[in-house]
Amino acid sequence: MRKVAMVGAGMTRFVRRALETPKELSYEAAKIALDSSGLSLDDLDCVAHGTAPDAFDGIHQNGEYMVDGSGGWNKPTMRVYVGGGTGVHAIVHGWHHVASGLFDTCLVVCEEKMSSAMPHAQGFFLTIFDSITERALEPNLLWIFALEMNRYMERYGYTKEDMALAAVNNKTNGLNHPASQFSDQVTVDDVINSEMLAYPVSRLDVSPVSDGAAAVLLAAEPVARRLTDKPVWIEGVGWSLDTAYWATRDLSYPRYLDQAARMAYEMAGIREPAKQIDIAEPYDPFDYKALHHMEGLQLSPRGRTVELLRDGHFAKDGNLPMCPSGGLLGVGNPISAAGTMKVCELFWQLRGEADQRQVPGNPRLGVAQAWGDLMQVSSVVVAGI
Amino acid sequence: MSKRVAIVGIGYSGFRSTSGDLSYREMIFEAATKCYKDAGGIHPQSIDSFVASSEDFMEGISIADEYVPDQLGAVLKPVQSIGGDSLQGLASALMQIKTGQHDVVAASAFSKVSNLSHYEHVVAYATDPAYIRPLHENPYFIAGLEMNRYLYETGTTREQCAQVVVKNKYNALNNPHAVYGARISIEDITGAAPLSEPLGVFDVSGHIDGSIVLILASEDKARELTDHPIWIKGIGWATDTPNLDSRTDGLGRAIYAELAGQKAYQMAGISAPFNEIDFAEIDDTFSYKELQHIEALKLCGPGEAGELLALGSFNPGGDFPVNVSGGSLGAGCLHEANGLQRVLETVLQLRGEAGTRQLAGVETGLAFAWRGIPTATGSAIILSSRL
Amino acid sequence: MDEKIKVSGGTGLSSKDISSGKIFMTEDSLDCAYAWDTGVAINRYLSELKKARIIGTKCRKCKRVMLPPRLFCELCFIPSNEWVYLQDSGVVNTFSICYVHWDASRIGEGEKPHLPAVIEIDGASQGMGIMHLLGEVEPKHIKTGMKVQAVWKPESEREGSITDIKYFKPL
Repeated sequence: MRKVAMVGAGMTRFVRRALETPKELSYEAAKIALDSSGLSLDDLDCVAHGTAPDAFDGIHQNGEYMVDGSGGWNKPTMRVYVGGGTGVHAIVHGWHHVASGLFDTCLVVCEEKMSSAMPHAQGFFLTIFDSITERALEPNLLWIFALEMNRYMERYGYTKEDMALAAVNNKTNGLNHPASQFSDQVTVDDVINSEMLAYPVSRLDVSPVSDGAAAVLLAAEPVARRLTDKPVWIEGVGWSLDTAYWATRDLSYPRYLDQAARMAYEMAGIREPAKQIDIAEPYDPFDYKALHHMEGLQLSPRGRTVELLRDGHFAKDGNLPMCPSGGLLGVGNPISAAGTMKVCELFWQLRGEADQRQVPGNPRLGVAQAWGDLMQVSSVVVAGI
Repeated sequence: MSKRVAIVGIGYSGFRSTSGDLSYREMIFEAATKCYKDAGGIHPQSIDSFVASSEDFMEGISIADEYVPDQLGAVLKPVQSIGGDSLQGLASALMQIKTGQHDVVAASAFSKVSNLSHYEHVVAYATDPAYIRPLHENPYFIAGLEMNRYLYETGTTREQCAQVVVKNKYNALNNPHAVYGARISIEDITGAAPLSEPLGVFDVSGHIDGSIVLILASEDKARELTDHPIWIKGIGWATDTPNLDSRTDGLGRAIYAELAGQKAYQMAGISAPFNEIDFAEIDDTFSYKELQHIEALKLCGPGEAGELLALGSFNPGGDFPVNVSGGSLGAGCLHEANGLQRVLETVLQLRGEAGTRQLAGVETGLAFAWRGIPTATGSAIILSSRL
Repeated sequence: MDEKIKVSGGTGLSSKDISSGKIFMTEDSLDCAYAWDTGVAINRYLSELKKARIIGTKCRKCKRVMLPPRLFCELCFIPSNEWVYLQDSGVVNTFSICYVHWDASRIGEGEKPHLPAVIEIDGASQGMGIMHLLGEVEPKHIKTGMKVQAVWKPESEREGSITDIKYFKPL
């Protein structure tokens, strides 16, 4: 298999409402990723886009709209989407471009501008539900997460406090991220006592609506070695999509992620992920999801995740730091850009360039994951140095 | 480059102006069932990965990727959607096999455009929200601008564009899946109501519903699954700027098609496409587009397509048949599913399964798709029955 | 470029920046209308709901009784055209108590929270649930595993929609 590495990364600050247009956000992130690698736009072979539902931006064919901002003018560009999972999946998509041998370099750019949706991006989530059998009930996106969170908590007897621990872990890590939209330390009590939105989901269990972009430059081995002495290799990729009939699934365990993770680990030759992986960036739009996903990623035994979290196993200085970036809860959630931010974090952590967020012990192997559609898809990227 | 890849299964359903009897799920199930049977009776659980192509606003569903797996039998399998033309989706499937991670990948796309009340509204949402959309113009004006510029730059005539419509609608009469076939004259077209001059109502293809599923496989698997693999020799895609006001060279020239074709030819080792390729299915969403794309794909020089058309070169019996299926003008426009429809038609010809429209002795074909206004994205593929 | 630069752009705006006219905005409201074809399976499902009945389909191979009904079994990948009437009762698989409307606006004073739930319908295969609402129940009394019964709209108000069931109430 052709070896592919990450050789550059960049992102914008994640903010509640950005001055920049989606194109401009794309440009900022793409520009840093290119400049930090030293590759010129002329030498770039292709661009892979990720952006989640067009409804947020209010722009049909949003991938087309982003093209000039992301460096794709007069190049092959292709947009991929798997809903919320898009940000990590776009890296998989970019990997396809280079690992196939069709291209030597691929710039992956993910952007989301959710503040354009008025009065609130949440309203557009109504349109993700089955147009005939579900939308008439006027569902809210919070419903399905609340239903899943409740199922997960009941299955293992977890409490709201248990879930809040994950929020605090990530939000604390995020305070050191220069792109974070937060500046205040949050406690377990703050989370539990925040406004109840949809039991069991309180406001601080949820990541915020954000604008932002993130980009990663991928290169085939010879190019990668020429551009940098610290390429971060894509060791494994995996993805899986479960049935659209989500109400027929066992919501307490992410089977789709189990499949995706095994696919990525098989490619990476990883037999014991919990022992071999040094840092994990599980997708955390809600605090329970970070834990749910640690189980799906085979990084924590089912039902023992809270215990490990309480023991400090997933802390920044623990055996397996969870979301050292701060994750969506700690940095912000411009959907597809947030997933790519997780891969950027692997890039910086594995190169030892994560500044104040740097986890100790020279991490060698990391995993990033994102999740989406109707709670049914996951994409996984394993990266190593 | 590593693995050789072939198309080993084709299935389709619909291709009519409405399809109220079936949901999109049921329509895709039908196409998938036919496709899997065609690919040696493969069960979808033995397919490694699936790629759909769609755009949310066309379907009225946000994150349409959610609803992809079931009707393809792809539950708990690697599935992704491409927000682009389905020929780009096919390119993704091809790349997945070439990485070595997968051996068999399915590509699917569908159109249920009949469920959409105002197509023009959706197209308008693809224009810049700050400085094009507030003009509140019908987006077909973009095609009018392009056509006018193309005619100006190349000396191609209004009548030559009309001739494309005449040819394609006539070809469609030989295609049982084509719904817009007709015997129609150049005068019928030039005399019809203008839409956005010089574009008239008959210069625009009509919409249809339909679904297509194809299976791609690596060489070893291809030989296991079928006796008539159709090999993918080359592929390319490219995008010009989305800013209409920056597209100064592109309005007349279809630069995206030049770049996509160049990449596909390079990969296929083709230097003289007109001589080395036997026929083509080329985007004709609008009449002028067929001529503009033929030139951009270097099948003739700039401004020559109209003359060659008048000479009959692009007729089914000509030197280089184009859109024997009837194209979008004769068979109907499937929007993001257009690319797969063109590939489907090319595969049928290369397999010798095109019925009364079968061309004699064809071995290598070209399919080219464009994403329609206001985009400047096109994709080209070279297919051959010979390895 | 300084190798240290990893983050740039993402300039935050406040509501005041907009209300004070410092930032220009262009507004457009999306005007898309769709009429989705329900197809064979869901057409029958909706017609039966109009008659206050819930119907599913059964796969002749894996024997699953599926809800919502479908023309094909997505796992066996064969047509599934055996129709099976199900009960209009079921079990709560999971639930939520939701204080915001679909557009994220908060429910008003005196308004009751929404009570969405996944309900496993009796007669369907184990785990086959649909999303619906609960009613005639105090939120604090809702429990996973609770038996519930559909409350139908009167015949004159039923229109062939999932909302022909007003909600499910505890049995």
